[in-house]
Amino acid sequence: MTELIKLTAAEAAAKLAAGEITSVELTQAHLDHIAATDGAQGLNAFLHVNAEEALAEAAAVDADRAAGKELPALAGVPIAIKDLIVTKGQPTTAASKMLEGWMSPYDGTVTQKVRAARMPILGKTNLDEFAMGSSNEHSAFGPVRNPWDLQRVPGGSGGGSAAAVSAFQAPLALGTDTGGSIRQPAALTGSVGVKPTYGSVSRSGVIAMASSLDQVGPCARTVLDTALLHEVIAGHDPLDSTSLNEPVPAFAQAAREGAQEGSLKGLRVGVIKELGGGSGKGFQHGVIARFMDSLELLQAAGAEIVEVSLPSVQHAISAYYMIMSSEVSSNLARYDGVRYGLRVVPEDGPVTIERVMAATRAAGFGNEVKRRIILGTYALSAGNFEAYYGAALKVRTLIQRDYAAAFEKVDVLVSPTSPTTAFKLGEKTKGDPTAMYLGDIATVPTNLAGVPSISLPAGVAEEDGMPVGIQFTAPAREDARLYRVAAGLEKLLTDKWGAPFYTRIPDVTETIRDFDFGGTK
Amino acid sequence: MSAITLEQVKHLAQLAHIDMTDDELEALTQELDVIVNSVESMSEAIGDDIPATSHPIPLSNVFREDVVGDTVLTQEQALSGAPDAQDGKFRVPAILNED
Repeated sequence: MTELIKLTAAEAAAKLAAGEITSVELTQAHLDHIAATDGAQGLNAFLHVNAEEALAEAAAVDADRAAGKELPALAGVPIAIKDLIVTKGQPTTAASKMLEGWMSPYDGTVTQKVRAARMPILGKTNLDEFAMGSSNEHSAFGPVRNPWDLQRVPGGSGGGSAAAVSAFQAPLALGTDTGGSIRQPAALTGSVGVKPTYGSVSRSGVIAMASSLDQVGPCARTVLDTALLHEVIAGHDPLDSTSLNEPVPAFAQAAREGAQEGSLKGLRVGVIKELGGGSGKGFQHGVIARFMDSLELLQAAGAEIVEVSLPSVQHAISAYYMIMSSEVSSNLARYDGVRYGLRVVPEDGPVTIERVMAATRAAGFGNEVKRRIILGTYALSAGNFEAYYGAALKVRTLIQRDYAAAFEKVDVLVSPTSPTTAFKLGEKTKGDPTAMYLGDIATVPTNLAGVPSISLPAGVAEEDGMPVGIQFTAPAREDARLYRVAAGLEKLLTDKWGAPFYTRIPDVTETIRDFDFGGTK
Repeated sequence: MSAITLEQVKHLAQLAHIDMTDDELEALTQELDVIVNSVESMSEAIGDDIPATSHPIPLSNVFREDVVGDTVLTQEQALSGAPDAQDGKFRVPAILNED
């Protein structure tokens, strides 16, 4: 493994600017590592690798730099893009058979911004089909494996992006977060992930799952790197009517300030009673232990830790699954076998558009997608609307009020990101689907409220040696505060450990070489 | 309270335009029952006096000038991913169930 892939995005950008390395070298090193560690006999984090275009862009950046042209901060630093975001020149599949091989005729707004930032695009990362899932096992193209332990899931839906950054296949990746799809995989793979304030980043060109919850955000190995990427992708977009028409704050500066001595002094941190507070009921022992370690460090650095209550969080999962599935059933109506993707013609009987549509959707969608479409159809149908969808919208009001009340007492809220560390492949896909849904308890409330959250590594759980994530949440539009606080804790933890967390992952190339992928080695 | 029936799920699958096998319908009936039961307590806990929130960060009057922008796809681009197209249009199977 070359040292180039170990560089953070910030380090790589500095070396590129200083002329110590070239973007072609950096991009090639990542492509080589992807070739060595990905695919069905590897992590399966990428659904498409974009080597040729990435190297061409890298060479163009190197040429422009040599010619003395002024370049954006991350020019030449490669990036991976979740395959839910449309990209010209590469397939976009949403990890669904419905869109297998589909080529978007346009770039999403965030894709355009990544190109404008002159970042070579390494490829498209795997996910749960249409971003529906918390383990990546619902991808139509095979699950992603957790680079810390190949028998375990990387989380979902953005398991590909999280696995790619933690396994050094990419320094940066884009994710999307509807109920935790950036943060929970970050927690399970020992990386950093941010769900920005709703509207901070344009959703134009992001395949819609649940439009009132979806938000694009950055994945990386450090807080500063996520802040740098957030700056690239944020900003008003007239193509997204929910996009905030406000200037983009200086996120990277906030992260740099946060890493300074004394930045946490006087910070009021609210531990959420229902999410890891008190006795930590419902959370794995090792998750709570690492969470408590971080709280002690924050306190020792001068932060004030208080307990707050978000009583309506008890209904968050129910409300989330009603709202999300309702929006899913509506958004996915567009896959009708007419405008794009798959068309299946029934073998027997008359070939009418209705029958083609039903056959296409039967063949194109996987089980979890069908389950959510049917659930949403149920929630929105006559006689059920008020009891399910209507009630869920009211819970949303109560959760927003809970956050507003909590933020009158504290500056940020803190909880573990996920109740458990990464579970084994196959462990939660059998039987009761709500077992998997409950794992989203700490992440879905912030999507319902629209407030920003960040997850960063807090260490490993003693019982299984797997990474644990800690999550900070700030009021809407206060994403910069998150970067300041998270960078502050990251610095304290790094000092305690003597090295950044991302250096503690076992050698991925060796792990893959020694793993039995089902008798084929 | 709720007991989801096979007939209900069959109807939902028709509304959602998804062909389902009997096995799929049966499995989904059970799963849906578990999910719907788990949300009952939410429905019961919520008072009538609470307003609904459909959007996390409400914005109002998001308008633009009614002019053609520079992000419009050409007809060819719009049809590029279609399973079937003819004469610059999406080609669809019969709309009506007749010969």
